[in-house]
Amino acid sequence: MKLFPPIAATFFALIVWQLIVTLTGVQKFILPGPGLVVEAWWQNRSVIAEHALVTLKEILIGMAIGCTLGIATALQLATSKTARTLVQPILVFTQSLPVFALAPMLTLWLGFGLWSKIAMAVLIIYFPVTSAFFDGLMRTPPGFLDLAKTMQANPRYVLWHIRVPAALPSLGAGVRLAAVYAPIGAVIGEWVGASRGLGALMIMSNGRAKTDLMFAAMLTLGVLSVLLYVCVAKLTRRLGDRET
Amino acid sequence: MSDAPGVTFQGEATIGGKALFAPLSLTLDAGRWTCLLGGSGVGKTTVLRLLAELPTGANFNGTIQATDTHAVADRVAYMAQSDLLLPWATVEKNIALGARLRGQAADTDRLEQLLERCGLHDHVGKRPAELSGGQRQRVALARTLMEDKPIILLDEPFSALDAQTRVAMQDLAAELLEGRTVLVVTHDPGEAARLGHAIHVMTPLGLTPCVPPAAPVPRAVDAIETLTCQSNLLRLLMEKSA
Repeated sequence: MKLFPPIAATFFALIVWQLIVTLTGVQKFILPGPGLVVEAWWQNRSVIAEHALVTLKEILIGMAIGCTLGIATALQLATSKTARTLVQPILVFTQSLPVFALAPMLTLWLGFGLWSKIAMAVLIIYFPVTSAFFDGLMRTPPGFLDLAKTMQANPRYVLWHIRVPAALPSLGAGVRLAAVYAPIGAVIGEWVGASRGLGALMIMSNGRAKTDLMFAAMLTLGVLSVLLYVCVAKLTRRLGDRET
Repeated sequence: MSDAPGVTFQGEATIGGKALFAPLSLTLDAGRWTCLLGGSGVGKTTVLRLLAELPTGANFNGTIQATDTHAVADRVAYMAQSDLLLPWATVEKNIALGARLRGQAADTDRLEQLLERCGLHDHVGKRPAELSGGQRQRVALARTLMEDKPIILLDEPFSALDAQTRVAMQDLAAELLEGRTVLVVTHDPGEAARLGHAIHVMTPLGLTPCVPPAAPVPRAVDAIETLTCQSNLLRLLMEKSA
């Protein structure tokens, strides 16, 4: 029954959307109704699927690289005070730069293919993953560390057996955020310069006043993101009670 | 386990320039239970943490010595009010935690023996969340014993348990820790009266030694001497804190 509320809410939103279109009589190249969008989606399903696969590939590779880099950075920061002093300010500084501004540069450096989009996704998720996991690693319950000290523990094993497992729920939160941001990163990359991917499809259909197709691509991206989030959430909830 | 040494603690502690406790001198007799009884905030936990060289936030000015002149802090096992069990690890892994944190293999014979003596055989593969408060504290006790250290520091180890479980845990601890030098920090006069070979009441004015009952520990909860000692301790706590 947990599925019912979101489905009901979606239906309600669709009805409101259709009502706005019908009541205002707005032209379909400005705002197509949900029916038209679904029709456009069905007619172009193979094209959309092809582009969606490209975007999905960028997202997944971006997630894998971004999370790996984020985890490695957090571990490095958590274990070395020198690393914290040196890297933390730079990390925060780079986060204040708008990644959108970097997108054209990435295309210039890495070309119009897959890698400039992957780099974009990596850039956008690197910080939330690093920051969430690092926070978790620094917030180990002090009692555990007291106990470890009286046991003459080796810091490396304390990290592995206590600090990392205690921080896994925080890492889970970071990875769930990454699942939301990574699609945005990939699509920004596609907007700036690409011939394939949902972002590219949106730009193309917008340029040809095929608003219904643009909406169809956008909805596909939305559905893709939700599915990705649900899968990642399911996986990361298990991190909390994993055995080491 | 090597022979348990006696320990002497002498000194004062300040926090931010204010005295946490006045100069005091505490002796833990070798192989005996010493109870440090006091209300909240008198610094009794700080004394225990200083012995273990755990962070206290206080400035300590004094000395801590073992009668055999070896260092104290690396010969202590520590047990707190919170059981400090790792929620993601099984009972077995929690008990053997020390070895894993040192990168050593756990002594499986000793582990088996402790599981048996602490009545934990049926719970080996369970996680802490599946255990009752008393069972969790038994795991914590087994973990403390697994370390096989001559000096045992107990910081209100049983105060979160219900009355009958607490008594059972006191009996078990007294039996299993026999022959070790034990310091129990507690705010429960009844616990001190049952377990202490030596009892010290700690108040802002300093330490007051009290004569424990003559019976061997653990003393019967309903023995008249235990109850008299308990009420004397309580009266002393109230007088000294007033």
